Amino acid sequence: MSSQPRVPKSVPRPNWVSTRNPCKACAPLGATLVMRGIEGAIPFLHGSQGCATYMRRYLISHFREPMDIATSGFSEATTIFGGGANLHQGLKNVTSQYHPSLIGIATTCLTETIGEDVHGLLHEYREKNGGGESPLLVHVSTPSYSGTHVDGFNGAVRAVVEQLAEPGAVPSAYVRSFVNLFPGLVSSGDLRFLKEVAADFALPMTLFPDYSETLDGPSMDKYKKIPEGGTTIVSLRATPSANASIEFGRTLRTKRTAASFLQERFEVPAKRIGMPIGVQESDVFFAAMEKLSGQTMPEKYRMERGRLVDAYVDGHKYLFGKRALVIGDEDMVVGLASFLAEIGVVPVLCASGGKSGALKHAIAEVTTHVRETVAVRDGVDFMTIAEEVELKELKADFIVGSSKAAKLARTLGVPLIRVGFPIHDRIGGQRILHLGYRGAQQLFDLIVNTLLEVKQDSNSIGYSYL
Amino acid sequence: MADILRERERQVYRKGQQQAFQLDCEKQSVAGSVSQRACVFCGSRVVLYPIADALHIVHGPIGCASYTWDIRGALSSGPELHRLSFSTDLQEMDVVRGGEKKLYAALCELIDAHKPKAAFVYATCIVGVIGDDVEAVCKRASMEKGIPVLPVHSEGFKGTKKDGYRAACDALLQIVGTGPVDDVSPLSINILGDFNLAGETWMIRDYYSRMGVQVVSCITGDGRIDDIRRAHGAALNVVQCSGSMTYLAKSMEEKYGIPFLRVSYFGVDDLSKSLYDVARHFKDKEMLQRTQSMVREELQRIMPIIADYRRALEGKRAAIYVGGAFKAFSLVSALRLLGMKTVMVGSQTGNKDDYEQLRELCDEGTIIADDSNPLELSSFLEEKDVDVFIGGVKERPIAYKLGIGFCDHNHERKEALAGFEGMVNFAREVYGSVMSPVWRLTPRKRGNPLEVVK
Repeated sequence: MSSQPRVPKSVPRPNWVSTRNPCKACAPLGATLVMRGIEGAIPFLHGSQGCATYMRRYLISHFREPMDIATSGFSEATTIFGGGANLHQGLKNVTSQYHPSLIGIATTCLTETIGEDVHGLLHEYREKNGGGESPLLVHVSTPSYSGTHVDGFNGAVRAVVEQLAEPGAVPSAYVRSFVNLFPGLVSSGDLRFLKEVAADFALPMTLFPDYSETLDGPSMDKYKKIPEGGTTIVSLRATPSANASIEFGRTLRTKRTAASFLQERFEVPAKRIGMPIGVQESDVFFAAMEKLSGQTMPEKYRMERGRLVDAYVDGHKYLFGKRALVIGDEDMVVGLASFLAEIGVVPVLCASGGKSGALKHAIAEVTTHVRETVAVRDGVDFMTIAEEVELKELKADFIVGSSKAAKLARTLGVPLIRVGFPIHDRIGGQRILHLGYRGAQQLFDLIVNTLLEVKQDSNSIGYSYL
Repeated sequence: MADILRERERQVYRKGQQQAFQLDCEKQSVAGSVSQRACVFCGSRVVLYPIADALHIVHGPIGCASYTWDIRGALSSGPELHRLSFSTDLQEMDVVRGGEKKLYAALCELIDAHKPKAAFVYATCIVGVIGDDVEAVCKRASMEKGIPVLPVHSEGFKGTKKDGYRAACDALLQIVGTGPVDDVSPLSINILGDFNLAGETWMIRDYYSRMGVQVVSCITGDGRIDDIRRAHGAALNVVQCSGSMTYLAKSMEEKYGIPFLRVSYFGVDDLSKSLYDVARHFKDKEMLQRTQSMVREELQRIMPIIADYRRALEGKRAAIYVGGAFKAFSLVSALRLLGMKTVMVGSQTGNKDDYEQLRELCDEGTIIADDSNPLELSSFLEEKDVDVFIGGVKERPIAYKLGIGFCDHNHERKEALAGFEGMVNFAREVYGSVMSPVWRLTPRKRGNPLEVVK
């Protein structure tokens, strides 16, 4: 039982200026990931060579897949005289090497600071090189000094939709016959799951981005310059003709997103729901699917839900009153907090490097029946989290978060349940299924078994039955 | 055949197919080519990274600090300050108003909290553009905190990784020469250009101690500021990673009259030769004898193991793509010792001499490439039907996607590959990858899978 009120020590919290062990990456990284989720597209960074290389390395270490990111490769002269020539040459070379259908250009801190007019430069490029089989060019502004990789991700989703949206792109018979789904930064496994759900509901769906195959593909005998898969450009053009847009993320309320754009501009109703992790948030998602498809939830999912709730019952004693730290991208944290709260685990601290301003409210919404204090910290780094844990004597039993929390877990001597992004110290991060009843089932079994393992290993009896 | 950009045609060479050897190198990467290279910051960061009792703070937006947090396998026998990530995490308002105040405050709080022996401040891309006087901030912090606070001019766009090495060496040169050297033996060296990946510096130190050589400092593997302060007292600089450290060695030669030797600790031939070269340099008969018996002893121990691996690996084909070309020389001969053929070799930053030496070392038909990219590399792997590819994290998925073995020989590795023991590890790792049964199931080896079982 850990329901006594916890009185924080009256030690003043130092106000750190520096960021120590960051809990975020920079905005362009999120944008490159989105561009990788468009069929035939290649991501392109307008900036220094190192940005592309570091981001490739970071993403490759998670997905364990090739991740080519082109760059204009700024030099000193480029920085003084402007990057136009490099951008144009880079686009030309990428086109001749990769034959992409689309080049997704994201800016970096350098190009934003020197005030590059990327829009104008692309216009110029199109004038000179347009027509024929020249690729589409989309552009997203992602200054690294603003927001996190998640903001870059969501910004890129909106930018692509804005720039490709074409009312009347589909024959009238298809208008309002399908939905858009913008899931946010989830795993390749999650994306495959969402496509399966749409197919089972017989609901045509434009899922964007879709790196389910481009960043988790099969072994090949011939290297594919651009891996198969991704959201098709045809369907990206058609987003204004959808019946509705579903968007995952309770913290997006303050943001201008792809779904809010389509609603304002083309009156496509936006349905914003939480990331469907756990029973309750998944119920909201499946209810939306029922409503939009006009079909009741297929038996398969009814059974998945049933088995999940049955498992909750089987495992509840092992979990009740356990305390967890939840660390990661904001909407993932909200989904996980909702899931943990519904299985009897207290999410004693929900922390993120992101700072949408909506995290506290979102966590409060999904943890209403938790009797203990749920602390929420946004815009924090791992050292601040560690200090908070010490200061408030949070005594967590485990951590749920990305592999960047591994050091903290080691210091605290508690297990880390690896979820979200990035997973750099285990294999299969791209295949972790978080969403739906099925994803919750996997997370649930993993958490219970991890705690049972601790129980078994940390006493001298070595129980044979638990 | 590879799809090579016109601008890059002169950066790829096939031995024997052209009359005159000409390979363009040391050029700015072609825009849009998806170079495997990094930037100036990366060069500085990788060189200084292993100094474990210094504070490393990245001045700029968060990305550069995030992507370099604990990414290297550089071990420390004591403090581990180098495995933490510190950044000024510049925000929009800092970009508008300048980041000097934030940098100063960050330095003060971090120095107070962690009590480092020195601090390195890495200036990233936008720092110069927004006009921060990093030098002045460092000077002030240094005065107030009583430790060296050194700016590292590593704005990403201001050149290539090599310029970053130089910026790092410039910072190191400000530390060298500031410590006492009275107890330094005339038979003493600095180990330059080994980064203690998976404890390699410790193995090498042990060889030198068995030879009777005093190691004054390791720059920068398991590095300590107080040792680097004393580095000018050593009688010889022994340089492995020549790409990053030749500049430091040359500067120390000019300033302190310390000669330097190029060495390599990879592969038994280069390793043995290097240790002998050091012993011969000191013209000490007993040291040479000690070295000979050590080498003999080690070879007697490892050669039977190597021979066993060789039986399985004979005739297999390897491709190499590494950062510095110097490492590639040793890899070609180490692979030869395993009975393997190097059919493709390239580097991010090799120079004319490096490539000439590689050409001499390699067999007919070998592809040599400078500053290559994924499309070229994948086509080389396919064309040459490679069994194992040796490179770093960014090269790994290219090999794996094609069902080809891979060996990490970069700064992220967790296996020691230097020294005699390292040769055994290398052989084991290559063997373990080449001989794995998983390749049999890949499309490259099995074609239409169900056709096979019919």
